Amino acid sequence: MPVCGYKRYVMTNQDPELLRRLLRAKDRMDAASHEEWPVDRLARVSHVSEAHFARSFKDAFGVPPHRYLLTRRIERATALLRETELSITDIAFQTGWKSLGTFGRTFRDVTGESPGELRERERAAQHNPEHVPACILSAAHRPNLTSAVSEKRRQEADDINDSTEKAEVL
Amino acid sequence: MSQGVGVVGLYVRDQDEALQFYVEKLGFRVHTDAKNGGYRWLTVQHPDQPSFQLGLFTPGPPAVDAATAQTLRESVAKGAMPPLVLVVDDCRAAYEKMQARGVEFTQEPIDRYGSVDAGFRDPSGNGWKMIQGRKAS
Repeated sequence: MPVCGYKRYVMTNQDPELLRRLLRAKDRMDAASHEEWPVDRLARVSHVSEAHFARSFKDAFGVPPHRYLLTRRIERATALLRETELSITDIAFQTGWKSLGTFGRTFRDVTGESPGELRERERAAQHNPEHVPACILSAAHRPNLTSAVSEKRRQEADDINDSTEKAEVL
Repeated sequence: MSQGVGVVGLYVRDQDEALQFYVEKLGFRVHTDAKNGGYRWLTVQHPDQPSFQLGLFTPGPPAVDAATAQTLRESVAKGAMPPLVLVVDDCRAAYEKMQARGVEFTQEPIDRYGSVDAGFRDPSGNGWKMIQGRKAS
């Protein structure tokens, strides 16, 4: 079934050697998502020019590097909300945000609820994640941020029957 | 054990490079290295696990066509292949040793869920989680 926006994912071959170096930049963001990752820093990790990096990263991983970083920060914040007693302010700063307001707004845009709401809901649900390796666990909980946050807000407003289409894309 | 999983394969970009990595850096042993024309069946084994072989294969004909092989090489290089887990007795000690040998770690050892885990990649991009086994109590 044709899906809106599908054509954007038309594959073009990418050099595996380049992809392996781009993966290194992605790994570095994963390992330290609270740090600042401007394009020049990422490009150095991958040994490519800045212009080439941003474009190649998006082609390879489906999202621009900055947006990828955002998903990782939200993911870490979600884990900290679930697993620790840290205050929401502490979590915001630990996960790399410079302002509590930006954190709360972005968090809600991505996950659909506020950090406090998520914490309450997770606590009520009482998960037992013991036997799944942590990385896999966190990947499974990773927010699926394939559209820009502002774009997502718009979509929510005008996509009523979007749920079946999303299932097709994923 | 006479029944069970005997071989699970990984796709790698270069079998010589993979062989060197798994043997020299991780301490695996070569189980089978058989060439037949352009095809090479290569498996390695963990020294403590004689009933299991890890296959190190390159995608290509006759198993897959050239275009599919390219897609698979890209997937491996993007780290998109399924998760792998290596169980060790002492995660921090293994980390120190492997890092000294030049293994590319993606995550330093972290204490969590009552164990310690770290992450590394092979040269091709396959991602491994290294988890400290829980002592039987």
